Amino acid sequence: MKKTLKITAVFLLLITVSAFTTQSNIESQGYKIGDDATDFELENIDGSMVSLSDFKEAKGFIVVFTCNTCPYAVAYEDRVEALNKKYADLGYPVIAIMPNNTEVKPGDSMEAMQKRAKEKGFTFPYLMDEGQKIYPQYGATKTPHVYILEKYDEKNIVKYIGAIDDNYQDETEVKTKYVENAVDALLSGKDIEVKETRAIGCSIKV
Amino acid sequence: MKSVLLLSLFVFLPCSNPLINLGFTSENSFLSDSETLKIFNFEELENYLATKDKTKTYVVNFWATWCAPCVKELPYFEKLNKEYSNKKVEVILVSLDFPKHLETKLKPFLNKHKLKSEVILLNDVDSNTWIPKVNKDWSGAIPATIIYNQKKTIFYERSFEYKELETELKQFLN
Repeated sequence: MKKTLKITAVFLLLITVSAFTTQSNIESQGYKIGDDATDFELENIDGSMVSLSDFKEAKGFIVVFTCNTCPYAVAYEDRVEALNKKYADLGYPVIAIMPNNTEVKPGDSMEAMQKRAKEKGFTFPYLMDEGQKIYPQYGATKTPHVYILEKYDEKNIVKYIGAIDDNYQDETEVKTKYVENAVDALLSGKDIEVKETRAIGCSIKV
Repeated sequence: MKSVLLLSLFVFLPCSNPLINLGFTSENSFLSDSETLKIFNFEELENYLATKDKTKTYVVNFWATWCAPCVKELPYFEKLNKEYSNKKVEVILVSLDFPKHLETKLKPFLNKHKLKSEVILLNDVDSNTWIPKVNKDWSGAIPATIIYNQKKTIFYERSFEYKELETELKQFLN
């Protein structure tokens, strides 16, 4: 009898859940808002190894998973650079991480990253996710994919996940600058209004 | 347990398909010359799909010419469209190419590969609004595919081989 009740309860629960969800084969992995993001030690385009803990003065980070070869990522290159120019001195530097398998995407090799950074004059670290170990922990699925972290003592807490703004096609037509709004809110001690956004991007190549 | 889950999905999924439930239905209002590439925002895409034959199973693939894994799997979608057309299956290829590349990239690609499946260019920058309408779990990475009919909807954020695609489709055709 007890068992029947249990089964009925589970059945009802399943019905309730599935009534509001579409079945998909996506396993939600990676960080959610409020999670403590892992630090890392990844090679930068200048040969140095970079960790979040190196940035003693930072209040947080704008971590951008990006690459050379994705048109969406390329469309945002100048905007990522502008974010670093605006926010690095305010305590929120951009940390760019290239997550693709370079054997699948030779255009994202370290040499290619160095070349692109030079051409575009990137002032932020552009790191290679060697062995592709960091992006799955964050739960990044595409480029570009942004995680804004805020420092609490030794921890880096995830405060925003998603897109840079709401118009990948035309910077001049942007209505909402999601990342700027989020960092501005953090800087002024306010709640971030939009904590998660979606955008089209190129799947990370494994 | 699994069969219970499946059963409950069967019962309730028809209500949750955003692509066929939203928007009005006006027969033929969006049907145009097949030579002309349709360029829609998301609302127009939903409305267009709502006009389609509801007895069919639709395989809607989100792709772009610049997306290598998407281009790699296009032949599988084309083959599926051909092999299963007599089983009331229709493939629709929704391109996310940049509209500014319509003439220089998308049209030359379509001309070269002579795709038989219907191609629609989705031009809607407000992806934060429309991506969750396709599926709440979609991160926005492509390739992505949604298979649906009146009974059931499944969303896939992944690449396919032909056999895998066929296996997924077959569960809609019983």
